[in-house]
Amino acid sequence: MSQSTNQLINYTLHLADNALILGQRNAEWTGHGPVLEQDIAISNIALDLVGQARNFYQYAAQLMNESIDKAGSQQHTEDSLAFLRDSGDYKNCLLVELEKGDWAKTVLRQFFFSNYQFFLYQVMQEKKDRTLAAVAEKSLKEVTYHLRWSAEWVIRLGDGTPESRRRITNALNDCWPYTGELTTNAAYETNLAQENIAVDLGSIKASWINKTMEVLGTAGLQLPVNTWMQTGGKEGRHTEHLGYVLAEMQYLQRTYPGVEW
Amino acid sequence: METVKQQILSLLEQVTDPELPVLSVIDLGIVRDVIAGEKETEIIITPTYSGCPAMDVISMQIRMVLLEHGYKNVKISTCLSPAWTTDSMSEAAKQKLRAYGIAPPNPLHSVCDVQLFAEQEAVQCPHCQSYHTVLVSQFGSTACKALYKCRQCMEPFDYFKCH
Repeated sequence: MSQSTNQLINYTLHLADNALILGQRNAEWTGHGPVLEQDIAISNIALDLVGQARNFYQYAAQLMNESIDKAGSQQHTEDSLAFLRDSGDYKNCLLVELEKGDWAKTVLRQFFFSNYQFFLYQVMQEKKDRTLAAVAEKSLKEVTYHLRWSAEWVIRLGDGTPESRRRITNALNDCWPYTGELTTNAAYETNLAQENIAVDLGSIKASWINKTMEVLGTAGLQLPVNTWMQTGGKEGRHTEHLGYVLAEMQYLQRTYPGVEW
Repeated sequence: METVKQQILSLLEQVTDPELPVLSVIDLGIVRDVIAGEKETEIIITPTYSGCPAMDVISMQIRMVLLEHGYKNVKISTCLSPAWTTDSMSEAAKQKLRAYGIAPPNPLHSVCDVQLFAEQEAVQCPHCQSYHTVLVSQFGSTACKALYKCRQCMEPFDYFKCH
């Protein structure tokens, strides 16, 4: 396998893992949302994210199957990539694997992530890899809904009651140290950006920060100071939380391999 | 004389969206092309939403209907770009939606933008035709719908949102 193909596979898996893990976390709210309409909203967002993940996994599986030595090796599928990899193989950002916490943490995390996806996909749809560009173009419209919905919630809670404000402030202190990865390139991103395939995250960093400051400012919230940005997720070094997500998501396929209903 | 492609397209009018049983895949505009080859028939479809769970069921139903009419080797491929939009929906489809009780997407294509707390363009109630309606949630019973309430007849309704 060429170095370049290997990086494209890693990049595609990274994009897929981000969407799948956050989709899985959001789906924990299904049936438990604070009110029916918002339960439906967060479940819809989860569904959109899982759909995006499927598109990326299908592409990653295709790339992997094309590049492996066919003799005797098992074919990859979107399902094997989602259900049969271990946490060290996952390349999602740390932010998406954190526990769902309360509603404030969930909507704030969603805002940070949708804000990232919004600018990422805008640039990606113009990039050279036609499959990644098509998935970005398709997903951008959905992400726009996610971004507006989550930003409105951040403002509503920040500018709401003392209780909502206390909760969103706690959420901000919890989540902020995990946002650095959203705008910091992993090695495969830096290399693929030079080939005009990956989005250079440096190019969207200013837009991400501006939008973040605009929304937090409207919500009356202030950024924590002197924080250390956590990294490692994109290279497979995860927090203790990812294992729990995978255990719940994968136990059925691992207990009954190939089971369908 | 009817070509094979036209024959297949008219067969596909029998395949409906399981979540919107009044609309066929042709009405929805998700069939991008039909390539009738000697040995194989290829149907190219495009998903409405990335996570739309109806797509798998639709693919299966396309296979079934074509199999019933003697098309054994059917390949269904997905095409993501250009992305599907509600503009792909036919005018007849919009009338069918309204009659079914779902407000069709507004003719002026107003997709979501990132402006916060933006006023939405008025959506007409499919029950009493009033424009005195209010958005309850941008996310509804399926990925393609938003929830509205009519202030005239007080009925809640689904709006097939512009996309």
